[in-house]
Amino acid sequence: MSSTLLRTVPALRGALRAGAVVKPAAALASTSFVRGKATLPDLSYDYGALEPHISGKIMELHHKKHHQTYVSGLNSALEAIAEAESKGDFTKAASVAPLLNFHGGGHLNHSLFWENLAPASRDGGGEPDGALKKAITEDFGSFESFTKQMNTALAGIQGSGWAWLVKDKTSGTLGLVTRANQDPVAGSLAPLLGIDAWEHAYYLQYENRKAEYFQAIWNVINWKTVASRFEKA
Amino acid sequence: MELHHSKHHTAYVNNLNNALLSHATAMNAGDIAAQIALQPLIKFNGGGHINHALFWENLVPSDSPDAKTEAAPSLTDEIAKTWGSFDSFKKAYSAALLSIQGSGWGWLVKDQAGRLRIVTTKDQDPVVGGEVPIIGVDMWEHAYYLQYLNGKAAYVENIFHVINWKTAEKRFLGTHDDLFASLRAML
Repeated sequence: MSSTLLRTVPALRGALRAGAVVKPAAALASTSFVRGKATLPDLSYDYGALEPHISGKIMELHHKKHHQTYVSGLNSALEAIAEAESKGDFTKAASVAPLLNFHGGGHLNHSLFWENLAPASRDGGGEPDGALKKAITEDFGSFESFTKQMNTALAGIQGSGWAWLVKDKTSGTLGLVTRANQDPVAGSLAPLLGIDAWEHAYYLQYENRKAEYFQAIWNVINWKTVASRFEKA
Repeated sequence: MELHHSKHHTAYVNNLNNALLSHATAMNAGDIAAQIALQPLIKFNGGGHINHALFWENLVPSDSPDAKTEAAPSLTDEIAKTWGSFDSFKKAYSAALLSIQGSGWGWLVKDQAGRLRIVTTKDQDPVVGGEVPIIGVDMWEHAYYLQYLNGKAAYVENIFHVINWKTAEKRFLGTHDDLFASLRAML
């Protein structure tokens, strides 16, 4: 669970009362809050726009049902914590941590995921350019070698999880990490590009052939978003 | 069921055999580092094989007499003693299954003292700590997604119609060694 997300909620709540405009932290630019509650962000493309690489049915369920469940779960966890806190029951508040991590991570991960995807007819697919391309070439040997390593990392996930291209904020170096379930990328690592390896992300279309999904998704990666995260991190 | 058995379970079996072969090679070569590096693959794929083998056997068509709890008189007695009633057990088991974060399994087990307990295991971690797995329910999304989509509560509700209580009774009355002896014969 990113501590930034925790801090953003009360800060924004206060700001809304004061009528001020608040800019959320860069990594959370897409994560919207209304009156201190997390809400499901809109997609900037239609559910069917990533076809044939990701089906409209998958996108609709994934966004409208799965992501919504994380949003609702996060709000419930935050409410439970606030209630426990108001009673001074800090042990109870701490016991909500696993739910906060799971649903908060799920909300954060999916918010980042939608934005690092784009229709192949628009910004999706191809290769990065500029400083990001240079950094990928330096840290992975080549773009081709990077996608290969990312696909190997994705295929190696045992159970549900995510693989991320990350930037180490202390050194500027790029790296690949995987996270179990909905554990978010946090700490000194900035998430640049996330790929969801949960079965719900591909099963209706690819069934057990997950390697085909990992191949296809490169056609809808939004490198503009990834480059912008790289520059800000 | 077809994909789950012919594709997913087969993948665990093949990957387990490959990992065991590599492990045997590493052992013959006295390469400890390589043996350690293979442990996660053996646990994941071996667990996947054991869990699915147990799962198929603790399921049965709903019109079979074995799908009725009457097929497990001793076990249902013990369930009633432990949870107060069968309904309370079903509620507790369902809640445990639905609270799994990510992929995993929920099990009714008999511990070494003979008491019944509900445990969950993540990914393909098997129940191998001396407890006897009596009933296992697969909570990986591949177990239900094509039919139930994100409605996993309905999957959990319906799986109670196809539990093989005759198998469950046999496992409950048997020992850990009985159960794993039959599994060993399959490996």
